[in-house]
Amino acid sequence: MTDTAQDRAPPMAAAPPSWKEKLEPWFFILPSVVLLLAIGLYPVIYTFIASLQAWVMGMGPPSFSGLDNYIHAFGSSDFGHSVGRTLILILVTLPIELILGMMIALALDSTNFAILRRLLQICLVIPIAITPSVVGLLTQLMFNEQLGIINQLLHLVGIPAIDWLGRPTAAFITVMIVQIWEWTPFVALVLSAALSTVPKDIDEAAMLETERWWPRFRDVQLPFMWPGITAALVFQTAFTIKEFDMIYSIEKGGPGTSTETSVMQIERMAFRGFDVGLASAESILMLVLSIVLARIYIRVFYREMD
Amino acid sequence: MADFRATLLRALQGIALVVVLVVILFPLYWMVAGSLKTEPDLFAIPPKWFFTPTIAAYVDAIENTDVLTNLLNSVIVTGSAVALGLIVGAPAAYGIARYRFRGRRDVWFWYVTNWMLVPVVVLIPFYLTASKLGLINNPIVLILVYQVFIVPLVVWLLVDQFSSVPVALEEAAQLDGLSRIQIFLRIALPLVKPGIAVSAILSGIFAWNDMLYAFILTPSPEARTAPTIVLSYLGGYVIPWPQVMAASTLVCAPVIIGGIIVHKYIARGLTMGAVK
Repeated sequence: MTDTAQDRAPPMAAAPPSWKEKLEPWFFILPSVVLLLAIGLYPVIYTFIASLQAWVMGMGPPSFSGLDNYIHAFGSSDFGHSVGRTLILILVTLPIELILGMMIALALDSTNFAILRRLLQICLVIPIAITPSVVGLLTQLMFNEQLGIINQLLHLVGIPAIDWLGRPTAAFITVMIVQIWEWTPFVALVLSAALSTVPKDIDEAAMLETERWWPRFRDVQLPFMWPGITAALVFQTAFTIKEFDMIYSIEKGGPGTSTETSVMQIERMAFRGFDVGLASAESILMLVLSIVLARIYIRVFYREMD
Repeated sequence: MADFRATLLRALQGIALVVVLVVILFPLYWMVAGSLKTEPDLFAIPPKWFFTPTIAAYVDAIENTDVLTNLLNSVIVTGSAVALGLIVGAPAAYGIARYRFRGRRDVWFWYVTNWMLVPVVVLIPFYLTASKLGLINNPIVLILVYQVFIVPLVVWLLVDQFSSVPVALEEAAQLDGLSRIQIFLRIALPLVKPGIAVSAILSGIFAWNDMLYAFILTPSPEARTAPTIVLSYLGGYVIPWPQVMAASTLVCAPVIIGGIIVHKYIARGLTMGAVK
């Protein structure tokens, strides 16, 4: 949101606002607020109340149990590990995607091969358009130890077969590789659009000044790219924290629970373990985590915009 | 000497970009090629780069699964969800962009928070409420639940677009006697068409691709949406891979084509304040 543009614009009405004018914005906003209250806030309250109850489906009516579910959630190593995995996924893949995306965007910007640039700009959107559950299936097929194409291609360059999906650590690394494949082109797309906003005259003046790319990048290009970088970060963090479809379709969080993210763990608890109370408590904890992350990002974002 | 170095660098850069292109496209190629192969061809060692294409896998997929019904379900659910999201989201974005009022930032932040909302928080209550009301397998539940991410996305992208419409233009219209609603519909809305296209296609991609909500809220074979077809294959001991690849290609084709058509606007819409 650009508050700056808003501040420069003169207000529509010069006279002190009447109650009718005060209500006017809400006429536009209210329908969406009502809808989001119904489908966003009501479920959160419902989940919060459920989190305070001992409630296992098919085991009698729910009863109030105070903070038991939260104590249980904090003590649960399954839940703790799944949150840890989600955070590691964000912390490892996000910087790699940003760096690779930046490199692709810069190379696209300066390459002389026009056809190549055009082709890539079109193709960068493909990975996020491919249905994540299909990406998961493709991973299963391509990373198969004996029959998968990845190991066959590695064999051509003399690398022995790797058991990508069979062992816990390898499977988690495979998930990260697929995630990076899925999102780096999108980050590159956003950064490349941001790069195109660098004014030509400023850039040319900088190029007369110095031939080295680093000062040009740091002082000329980077300042114009912050909004794009932030947009990519917010988008990507939200998607990683909500991650389910792709990993689930590889091997349902396996082997064991080694690739299970928190959303997957909670889904398993609620819909296959039928422990609604505990799953609700864990959901609320994840909600708190995502609100904290959103706050941090928006604070950073606003600082960059000011 | 310097010239030679520059040429070499350019060539290396070009090669790097070709590698990126190949890495992006290879899985897509493998899926489509796999859907046109027979099972022995698909698993041949060494891999078969030249093969006689066959549409047998597509015939199998269409005959043995509800893939066509599920695709139709997806079209209905995605279309309605995006339409609903735009109808309530676009005016909200306009309200936030054009008025200064108390709580403006809080309202905007609340929208963005909904975008970060982990789906399980919404999923459990939705499932329990829908089963109480007998609405499991009803597409309306999906259309509603997708608003959790569609409305924030639409608002996020469009607030910025509306802010960049010159205020003078709207003031002139106000002097001509147009009401705020008329200004919104006739002046502002047509000017942010690219933004509307981006939010429509992005929310469309995410709604179409969703599997988690769909397989909990619409589990029956006739009611489910396309991405959940994948799950029906995961259970079996023997996975008919060419058929799976054929179904996958059918599921992905609409979004990939849609994404390619609007790829330019996607990037522009997402860089927010940067591009104007």
